[in-house]
Amino acid sequence: MDKTEAQGSKSGLAGAMEWLDKRFPATETFEYHMSKYYAPKNFNFWYYFGFLAMFVLVNQLLTGVWLTMNYVPSGDGAFASVEYIMRDVEYGWLMRYLHSTGASFFFVVVYLHMYRALRYGSYRGPRELLWIIGMVIFIALMAEGFFGYLLPWGNMSYWGAQVIVSLFGAIPYIGPDLMEWIRGDFLMSETTLNRFFALHVVALPLVLCVLIFVHLVALHHVGSNNPDGIEIKKNKDENGIPKDGIPFHPYYTVHDIHAMVVFLFIFCAVVFFAPEMGGYFLEKPNFEMADPLKTPEHIAPVWYYTPFYAMLRAATFPLFGLSAKFWGFVVMIGAIVIPMALPWLDRSPVKSMRYKGRISRFMLMVFVISFFILGYLGTQAPSKAGTIAAQICTALYFAYFILMPWYTRIEETQPEPERVTV
Amino acid sequence: MNKLLITLLLALPVGAWSAGGSDWPMEDFKGDLQNLPSLQNGFKLYTNYCMGCHGLQFQRYQRTADDLGIPHDLALKNLIFTGQKIGDLMTTAMPKEESKAWFGAAPPDLTMVTRVREPHWVYNYLKTFYADESRPLGVNNKVFANVGMPNVLLDLQGVQRQVCTDGVCDELVVEAGTGALNAEEFDAAIYDLTNFLYYVSEPARLERQRTGVFVLLFLIILGSFTYLLNREYWKDIEH
Repeated sequence: MDKTEAQGSKSGLAGAMEWLDKRFPATETFEYHMSKYYAPKNFNFWYYFGFLAMFVLVNQLLTGVWLTMNYVPSGDGAFASVEYIMRDVEYGWLMRYLHSTGASFFFVVVYLHMYRALRYGSYRGPRELLWIIGMVIFIALMAEGFFGYLLPWGNMSYWGAQVIVSLFGAIPYIGPDLMEWIRGDFLMSETTLNRFFALHVVALPLVLCVLIFVHLVALHHVGSNNPDGIEIKKNKDENGIPKDGIPFHPYYTVHDIHAMVVFLFIFCAVVFFAPEMGGYFLEKPNFEMADPLKTPEHIAPVWYYTPFYAMLRAATFPLFGLSAKFWGFVVMIGAIVIPMALPWLDRSPVKSMRYKGRISRFMLMVFVISFFILGYLGTQAPSKAGTIAAQICTALYFAYFILMPWYTRIEETQPEPERVTV
Repeated sequence: MNKLLITLLLALPVGAWSAGGSDWPMEDFKGDLQNLPSLQNGFKLYTNYCMGCHGLQFQRYQRTADDLGIPHDLALKNLIFTGQKIGDLMTTAMPKEESKAWFGAAPPDLTMVTRVREPHWVYNYLKTFYADESRPLGVNNKVFANVGMPNVLLDLQGVQRQVCTDGVCDELVVEAGTGALNAEEFDAAIYDLTNFLYYVSEPARLERQRTGVFVLLFLIILGSFTYLLNREYWKDIEH
């Protein structure tokens, strides 16, 4: 083959790519999202968790598929089938622990991912929609975790779900009927288990995947924020490439691959050496089969819901003729939903905590601490002191948001740099 | 802020759900799944003293025999009394409904008792039965007060009574010569029995930990390569 011939018709991989690109935008898509997607070059530790969340999602999807192969969604069979997976299925224990540990780590990385947004103002314009899509993903993830938690049909699964479903009963007028509609029965039963199974393995994973796809499309359209909270697109070179940008691939792919290995090390240390995590990832009463006649001594949701559960319990008095339970429900829903308003609550001239004033930093710190305290209180049996602490922390949690328009405006900020600082 | 977060994470208490309910000073228990003679003896004790009432309905004879290094024919001859097959689940012959009438509650399945409670709870529970004529079965328990279970290990341990001084009954004494085993032998037997239940609660535990060591070692090696790969790409970038 001489030179001209080789140029005329490309052979091998290049030829195949050309054939493919005429019919499908493979190279174009790869360039748009990877090799010509310019991310700020000053990403730090906090920027790993978006990728890690996707990685955990893949873990949940894959292990979930294998678990579904042997899981039996029935009142008699569910609990036994989980133990069958743990004992008789080859590497079933591994699939199960990867999935149960993955659920907890999903929330670890998602909480850190969200904290990053608070720290660097990633929710601010033009990323409002990106933030809202992310919040919807978070809510869908909470639902996914909740439905999944019933499936082992352990006693804590049963009673935990019972408590959460009964919250809907506190809604005036429609409450009791709504509860029946959710359960599909007069009490938690096999019918409930079956519908939760369908929602957990089909409906919500689909919703999550679509939402995450949309989240990424929105991200790559507006571009990533960075620890300085300035727009790298304002400073472009003659080719229209941001001067402070760097191609996502290969620079951040090699970054993220290394982060993935470090993450896997921590993750696997838990999976192989502490899958119960002292009763936090797998709760003790859940090693006993669901028993409608035997309430666990102390019902607590899994740790990742406990901050919100503590806020739910913090409402202890009726108001306007509506029960305390109803108001607790309202407070809990409010706490989950209120971060969506952040883009409009933050009136600071700067985005990043690096340039915001003292009050913003202080409020963020107070917010994080109260979230941790609430998380702890949610794992404990209710007590007088605990309830008061939860009420204070709930107030502080909401104060972070509600007072934000005020404190972000009055505080003194530092000027943002022109270019990212490295 | 980073340091603060880490400090808070570390401050989270581990072991929130310990088995409560009793203030009996618990003795420690440390399971040893490498100790096959102990597990085999525990298996034997379980089939002889416990299985009449308490099944291990999620565990199979075959898996147990294989993990504990017991040949199948030996297991069938000496450990399986119900005519079950080697691949069968280790269920009890106790009828659930009738047993409820006899004891007030059906004897629970014990496959995962050491995960629902703690291994050391089971160990202490089995050692602290004592004579109490006020109870319907003539015995009570220090760890699980007013339990509805008879002291099935009575002929091994002998008659144990509580000793009270100034109204505080925190001592248990065995009447000499009433049991087939002396105190040391009995403790060892209970250790083996608890160790066996510890094994049954999660038969894959040893394999899990063994696999884990290799997985973590592999990740360290892989991690050093990914670290170098990352460094290679970023060495010319000012960041």
